[in-house]
Formats: sequence, structure tokens, C-alpha cells
Amino acid sequence: MDVKVNILRYNPETDRKGHWEEYILEADPDERILDLLHKVKWFDDGSLAFRRSCAHGVCGSDAMLVNGENMLACQVLVKEVSTPIKIEPIRGLPVIKDLVVNMDSFFDSYKKVMPFLVNDDEPGERERLQSPEDRDRFEDTTKCILCAACTTSCPVFWTADTYVGPAAIVNAHRFVFDSRDNASKQRLEILKGVDGAFRCRTAFNCTTACPRGIQVTKAIEDVKRETLTIN
Amino acid sequence: MKVIRHSFDGVIVGAGGAGLRAAIEAAPHMKLAVITKLYPTRSHTGAAQGGMSAALANVEEDNWNWHAFDTVKGSDYLADQPAVDILCKEAIDSVVELEHWGLPFSRLENGKIAQRRFGGHTVKEGEAPAFRACYAADRTGHMILQTLYQKCVSMGVTFFDEFQVLDIKIDDGVCKGVIAYEVATGDIHIFEARAVTFATGGFGKIYKVSSNAHSLTGDGPGILYQKGIPLEDMEFYQFHPTGIYRLGILLSEAARGEGGILRNKDGERFMERYAPSIKDLAPRDMVSRAIATEISQGNGAGPNNDFVYLDLTHLGAETIKQKLPDITDFVRTYVKIEPIDEPIPVQPTAHYAMGGIPTDVDARVLSDANGTVLPGVYSAGESACVSVHGANRLGTNSLLDIVVFGKRAGQSMVDYVSSTKPMTLSDNAAEDLSNKIDKLMNKDHSLEYSVPRIREELQNSMEENAKIFRTEDSLEKQTEILADLRDRYQNVTISDKGKVFNTELLEAIELEYLLDMSDTTVASALHRKESRGAHSRVDHVERDDVNWLKHSFAFKNGDSVKLDYKDVELGNYEPKERKY
Ligand SMILES: Cc1cc2nc3c(=O)[nH]c(=O)nc-3n(C[C@H](O)[C@H](O)[C@H](O)COP(=O)(O)OP(=O)(O)OC[C@H]3O[C@@H](n4cnc5c(N)ncnc54)[C@H](O)[C@@H]3O)c2cc1C
Ligand code: SF4
Ligand code: FES
Repeated sequence: MDVKVNILRYNPETDRKGHWEEYILEADPDERILDLLHKVKWFDDGSLAFRRSCAHGVCGSDAMLVNGENMLACQVLVKEVSTPIKIEPIRGLPVIKDLVVNMDSFFDSYKKVMPFLVNDDEPGERERLQSPEDRDRFEDTTKCILCAACTTSCPVFWTADTYVGPAAIVNAHRFVFDSRDNASKQRLEILKGVDGAFRCRTAFNCTTACPRGIQVTKAIEDVKRETLTIN
Repeated sequence: MKVIRHSFDGVIVGAGGAGLRAAIEAAPHMKLAVITKLYPTRSHTGAAQGGMSAALANVEEDNWNWHAFDTVKGSDYLADQPAVDILCKEAIDSVVELEHWGLPFSRLENGKIAQRRFGGHTVKEGEAPAFRACYAADRTGHMILQTLYQKCVSMGVTFFDEFQVLDIKIDDGVCKGVIAYEVATGDIHIFEARAVTFATGGFGKIYKVSSNAHSLTGDGPGILYQKGIPLEDMEFYQFHPTGIYRLGILLSEAARGEGGILRNKDGERFMERYAPSIKDLAPRDMVSRAIATEISQGNGAGPNNDFVYLDLTHLGAETIKQKLPDITDFVRTYVKIEPIDEPIPVQPTAHYAMGGIPTDVDARVLSDANGTVLPGVYSAGESACVSVHGANRLGTNSLLDIVVFGKRAGQSMVDYVSSTKPMTLSDNAAEDLSNKIDKLMNKDHSLEYSVPRIREELQNSMEENAKIFRTEDSLEKQTEILADLRDRYQNVTISDKGKVFNTELLEAIELEYLLDMSDTTVASALHRKESRGAHSRVDHVERDDVNWLKHSFAFKNGDSVKLDYKDVELGNYEPKERKY
């Protein structure tokens, strides 16, 4: 079948601002949106820029706005979206070219929350023990692939880009609720601050956007509640 | 073109599991940079699903010697046994170390790391399937990649994200650094470094149906091959039995480890005929051949009889949800069927390169079949061939390989840097690369010579002629096709002439590596007149230990390939007939 696709194009070397380009593509309903982008790039306009790698929703490269909603282009099939299909870069981060945005501030926010296990106790020669129940407490947030779909769908983040954003809080959650970690207090201090978890207005956009099905808003609520336990 | 200079002691190319593990070892002891064409967390290690083996004996009696036996037998006796001993012995500490760094392994009731069964892993040298694979649900690779990256963040390791290395500088046989292209700007960067590790991953994109990411194009092996370094055991490419039909997306062996069963169109559990004792958990080469045989005998399912079923319907919703959540989600997303209720259409998918850059057990790159070390150059992970996987890798042994030998690469860099002085590279070090880029930029675009056209023909023809079963005829035919594609590649053109995020330019350069990988695969396969592990010659069906218990070394010789051979290092296990 023929599918009409509109892509917001922007090339900093030739354009002053973004503009829509229309493509009519021969496509199978079972193909991924990513396959459509490849068709444009490989057989029509080689200059179309987008990130991708794994092509099955596990590397987090290709979050973009499809018909107004954040998703991974490789995780959504043509038959699941209405046509014409409108594709734009994720919002709130500077566009480098076409669908590629500058991720620096996103990763800077991630690094702010100490996204690593802190435990200076002598671990011994074998693994530390952890019960399946303790392991379960942070299972959901271990799934994050840092795709930025959540953060760039957040209305608070659009207006206040100093807000660390949902993704950073998700990654803090992963350690705050890990029974092996000893730095919860420091992490929660950071998240108590002006740019931390209390900026969240529970819009739920992040939870809807997350391609890994993480309960992002719930994780933020968990973290907010946990900050009340420190002083 | 703007050229920017940097000076480091060591550079690691690649930020998958192998590159990050090397970085953790090396960073405290030198001025180190990790250069990666993808953001580290986008590396394909993150796609690994099922597990990482180590004889922890958390579920049942186990020891590393049994793991070594299985690895050697699985390799069809082509692995170097001293290297396998290192892999299996160091496995235990490697898993424990990852746990200490925070890796959220799935747990047993007693709080220890959970372990599951996997193909080819047995207790007591073949008695029964072993619970040896440590796992975190079916996203073990994701957790390894995240944990190693988190550790690097905590250490403040220096990264150059979305910088693609396109050249290495070796003067008089000594490494001096690498040249990289900054994707966002098109600037060229000269990195002086006397120790360089290539951890660039695999090259599954030489085939059409593949479990590999678009980015897996054999860059490290390609760059070195073009400098005259040989590639080892390239004829051994692993096809994983269970890729989603047509898409190639992997459904981990963990599915069969948890009890999943392969069935043909009649619903028959055909593996009972091919591997009576361990059935569906036979090593991958055997299962993939069994599927290909079923299909060629008309026992495949579907209108074209070209797939088989992976049946998980008897496992129960709870096991599927707890232990196989991701892969069952892939099936729901891409095939739109519910694996709890319906069997899944699968076919073998190009998966893992046993071959690659030859190294010794300290990850030092070898420049010939006599074991001559190339000073300052290292490789680890899927880009390297130690060889611990021989002719067929066992599942879960690659995630192990990347941490064990990644660490060793880091240690070797430290030893080398502490005993040598900094090297300098002149400003014209980037000239070869600038010329290559200028040539692509200045040529008018023509569709006939476009990258996607040539690449598509390459992938289709490799799929057709150099996949699971090979013959002299199919390989000779493929040699001709490759020569023709190589000719066309000389005139390759691109349409994007810009500097910013010009991934078309990078795809054009990557295509040359894909051609190199294909040439060496086909030439090595054509010369090896026996069947061993993943290399099955229909015209030479027997394994031939008298003539072929040796590793192939493929050298670039103009536009063709020259071969040399090196004996396999044996150890405790004499080659025997391989039965399961
Ligand atoms: C779907 C799937 C499932 C798997 N499951 C398992 C499993 O359960 N157990 C197991 O043991 N193995 C498994 N494997 C195999 C295993 O995951 C891989 O072999 C292993 O992760 C490779 O790691 P690596 O570090 O060598 O490379 P990768 O993780 O692929 O990383 C390569 C790195 O190199 C960089 N790079 C490449 N070229 C350049 C360049 N020119 N310049 C700069 N950077 C460059 C990339 O950016 C990337 O960071 C699986 C593989 C796949 C595909
Ligand atoms: S929480 Fe979900 S949407 Fe947000 S970065 Fe992680 S995977 Fe992406
Ligand atoms: S390409 Fe990896 S998530 Fe889409």
C-alpha cells in the first residue's frame, strides 16, 4: 500500500528553520516506522538524519514524535498509526539535524543523580545476597534504556529545562530502592532540590511515552515519598 | 575540513561490554579516552538476553572444568584450550565482580544469583543440562551494559560519544594512535595514543536476516585488515536457531532453557531425532542445521514451508512473565501473537562472529599465524578471536568473553603504557582519511552506485550462498559476486555532501568493512574442505582432524584474500566425535 509520510526536516547548513517534507512510500502494514525512514534515506534522500541501531526497541536511539506522541520508531508498526504519518524530533532538546537532537543536557541530568551503586562495605569473595522480594522493589526501573521519550514529553521539562526530568529520577529510583546501596540519602538530597522530583506535576505523559512500559510517574511518586524520610 | 588534535596514553574504540570493561581496568592508570560511534548505552551488548555462564554452583553441583569441557566440545574442538581454561576459571570472579558493582541479577530464594539452563552446557561432561547461566530476567546484556557504564560514570572515564574511528596509525610496526570523525560536526580528530584497543563488536550485517544492530559492520576488524593484519577463523559465523521469522529479531535460547520446544509443521518435536539426549538444548550449530534440514525436506510450516515453531505455550503465564518478559513482548509487538497461547514462527538468524581480529590471551593483536605481537594494539569482545569459541560459540559465553578479555585488554594497555614513552603523530596523520572523505564528497551521486543498492545485493547474496550450508559451487559463485560488488564499490557515491550528521557518508565507509568481512568469510569457507561447528560443507560433510585442526588466517592481498593456518592449542580434551 502507499503511505503518506510527513517529516519535519531541518539542515543547519542550508535551512534557517524547519520545514515539512512529504513522501509517498510503498509500504507493508507490518513494517516499522523505522523501515519507512530507511526507505526515505536509502532510496530517496540520503541526507535524512536520524539515530537508530538495534531496530527492536532495546537501544533507545530512535525516540521521536510520531503523530504527536513520543515513541521509538522501531517499535511501532505502520498499521498501528493513522495516515498521513507525521514525524518530528522529540521536543525540548536542541535539534542538530532533522530528527537528531543534542542529548548532552539529558545525559548531564542523568549523571547528576549518582546513577551507580555506592557501597564501600567489604563485599567478601562471593556475591552479596539479596532476596527476590528486595530485588523486585526496583525491577521496574532497571529496564530504562535512556531513550529520553519520557523527559521530552514532560510539560514541566519543556518550560524549565533545568528540571532533571523523569528519566533521571527513574535512574535514581533504581538505586534508592536497591537494598545493596548506601547513598540513598545523598541522592534524595539532590532530588529534594528545586530542580528535583517535586517539580513533577503528575501529568502522566512520561508513563504513556515510556517504550519499556516503566511506571515512570509512580517511580517519581515513590522517590518523592522517600525524600520525606530523610532530614 | 577542520582537524583537531588530542593526546592520550590509551584509546579504547567501542563502548559495549568489552570496551567498558577494558576502560574500568585502564582508566585509573593512564590518560584514557573511550571513543564510540554510538552513545555507550546504545551498544548492542544491551540487546543480549539470556545470560552469562559461570560455574557458581548456586543451583546444583558444578565446576569450571565442566564448563571448559562443554565450551571445547561446543567449539567442535577448534577453541584453544588454554584460553578456554582462562575463560571458565575467571568466569566466577567476573560474575561476582559485576554483582558487587551493582548488576541486578535475578535471585534464588536464598538470595544467591539465579542460574538457568542453556544450550550445550552440561554437568559431568555431558550427563544432563546444567544450571550455569547467571541472568537478569531476559535482559542480562542490558544490565551488564548499564552496570559497566554506571561504573565508568562513577570513575569519571572520558568518553567521546558519537565519534567514529576510521583509521589507525601504525608506523614501523608500532601503534601511534587513531583518527576519528565527529558525527555531529564532520570534524576530523587525531588521537595520539600508544595503546589502542578495538572493541567494536560483530558484523552480522553481512547477512540479510540478522539479530545484529545496524551499527554492527565490522569496523575494528575492517580497519586492521586494510592495514595488513589478518582475520582469524572467519568461516565460522553463528546462526542462532530462533530469530523471529523474516525479521531476525532474536528469541533467546533461554526460552528453550526454560522448557520451550521446537516443532515442525506437523507439531513434531524434531530435535529428538537430531540430539536424542539434550534435544532442544543442543548447541546452536546443530539446532540451526536441524531447522534448515527440516525446511529443506518440506517439514517447514507456513505457505512457503520456510519456518518452524518455537512453542512456549506449556510454560505457563507466570514463568513467561517472570523469566522471559522481553522476548515475549517482541513477539507481541512485531508478530502480534500471544506466546502464552500460540507457538511462534522462527527461523535461523545471523548472530555471532566466532572469527575476528586474532589475539593472544592477553588481548594483544597478532599480525601473523606465527603469533607475532603487534605492539600497542589490542582487541576484545566480539571483534576479537582469542579463540575461546572455536567453530561454534555456546550461548552465554560471549557476555563472559567480553568481561574476561575486556579486563585483560585493559591490563595489557596498562602494562604497555607504563613501559613505553608517548608517541607523536604529525599533522598530516589524517591525510589518508581526508582524501577518502573528499573523494566521496566530490563525486556526483548516481543511484546505481549508491550504498543501499550495493549493500542490499551483498546481504542477499551472502544469505543465499554462504549461510548455514555451503558448497564449493555456492562459495565460488559468491566469490564472483563479491568481486563484482567490490568493483562497483570503487565508484560508490553519496548524495549528502554536508558536514552535520552525515550518516550516509559513514554508511559508505562501513560498506567497505562489510565487503572485507564477506570476502574473508567466503575465502576461508571455500578453502576449508571439511565440516566443523558452524561451517557445514555439503560436499565435505565430515570433520577432518588430520588436516583441519587449525585456525585460518585471512590476509588482504590486493583485492583478493590470502590464507595461512595455525595449529589449534589442545589441552585436556582430545577431539572426539561430537554427540549430544
Ligand atoms: C540479540 C542478541 C542477544 C544476545 N544474547 C547473548 C546472551 O544471552 N549471552 C551471551 O553471552 N551473548 C549474547 N549475545 C552476544 C553478545 O551480546 C555480544 O557478542 C557482545 O555483547 C558483544 O559485545 P562487544 O562489547 O564486543 O560489542 P558491542 O556491544 O556490539 O559494542 C560495540 C561498540 O563498538 C562501537 N563501535 C563500533 N565501531 C566503531 C567505530 N568505528 N568507532 C567507534 N566506535 C565504534 C559501538 O559504538 C559500540 O559501543 C547476544 C547477541 C545478540 C545480538
Ligand atoms: S524511563 Fe522509559 S521513556 Fe524514560 S528514558 Fe527510560 S526507557 Fe526511555
Ligand atoms: S533502534 Fe534501538 S530502540 Fe529503536
